[in-house]
Amino acid sequence: MSHGHVERAGAGHGSVKSYLIGFVLSVILTVIPFGLLMFPNELASSTILATILVFAVVQIVVHLVYFLHMNTSSEQSWNVTAFIFTVLILAIVVVGSLWVMFHLNHNMMRH
Amino acid sequence: MSSQTLKTQHAHADEHEHHHDAESTKVFGFWIYLMTDLILFATLFATYAVLSTSFAGGPTGKDIFELDYVLGETFLLLFSSITYGFAMIAQHKGDKQAVLRWLGITFLFGLGFIVMEINEFHHLIHEGFGPDRSAFLSAFFTLVGTHGLHVTCGLIWMAVLMAQISTKGLTTTNNTRLMCLSLFWHFLDIVWICVFTVVYLMGVL
Repeated sequence: MSHGHVERAGAGHGSVKSYLIGFVLSVILTVIPFGLLMFPNELASSTILATILVFAVVQIVVHLVYFLHMNTSSEQSWNVTAFIFTVLILAIVVVGSLWVMFHLNHNMMRH
Repeated sequence: MSSQTLKTQHAHADEHEHHHDAESTKVFGFWIYLMTDLILFATLFATYAVLSTSFAGGPTGKDIFELDYVLGETFLLLFSSITYGFAMIAQHKGDKQAVLRWLGITFLFGLGFIVMEINEFHHLIHEGFGPDRSAFLSAFFTLVGTHGLHVTCGLIWMAVLMAQISTKGLTTTNNTRLMCLSLFWHFLDIVWICVFTVVYLMGVL
C-alpha cells in the first residue's frame, strides 16, 4: 500500500515486460511503413497507402494497450466508453469534412 | 483488540478509500480533457486533409519532406514514451531517485524532438516555404505546430513536476500528477503516429 497508487478509474499501470513488448511492436510498426516509402520498390501506391494506414491503426491500438493500459476491466469501462464515443465523433468530423469538401470541389467544377 | 481500535481502523480505511476515489476521479477528468483534445486534433487533421493538395504552385510534400529526418523525430518520441513508462514503474516501487532519473531522460528525448521540429520549421521558412506560401503549408504548420506546442507544454509540466517531486517526494498528489502527465505524454505519441502517417508518409506517396 501507500505511495498513493492511482489505478482504479483513470488508468492502470504496466510492467517492464509490457512496456518492452509495446516498444518493440511500435518500432516494427514504425520502421516498415517508413521503409516502404524510403526505399524504392515495385508496390503500387494504393497498396502502400493501404499498408501504412493499417500499420498506423495497429500501432495506435498497441500504444493504447501497452502504454495507456486500456483494457476491458470494469475499472476501465468509463475510460473506454469515453474513448469509443470520441472515436465516433472523430470519424464524423474527419469523414464528414472530407465527404462534404470533396463534393464541394466536384460541384464547383474544380476537378 | 478493542472495538474502539477496530472502529478507528475502519474509519481510517474509509478515509483512505475516499482519498483514493478523489485521486482516480482527477485522473478520469484528465482523460476526458484528452478526449476533447483529440477532437481538436481531428478538426486540424480534417482541415489538413482537405487542403493537402492546395499547393498554389508552391512545393508539394514530396519536395519538402525528408523521411529519414522524420523517422529520427519519431524514434525520439518513441524512446521518450518507454522511458516515461519506466518512470511510472519506478513510481510504483516508490523509488524517488529512479523516477527523477527516468523523467530527466524522457525530458531530454522530448526536448530533442522539439529542437528537431523547430529546426525543420526554421529550415522550411528560410527556404521561403513558410505557412504563408500555400494553403497546404498553412495547414501543415498549424497541425504539426499544434502537436509541437502540446509537446512543449508537456516538457514544461515535466520540469515543474520534477522540481515538485524532488522537493516534496512521491506524495499522493504528485503521483496523481505523474499519472496525468503519463496519459498526456503517451497520448501525444499516438497523435504523432497520425501525423507521420497522414502528413509525412502520405505526403511523399
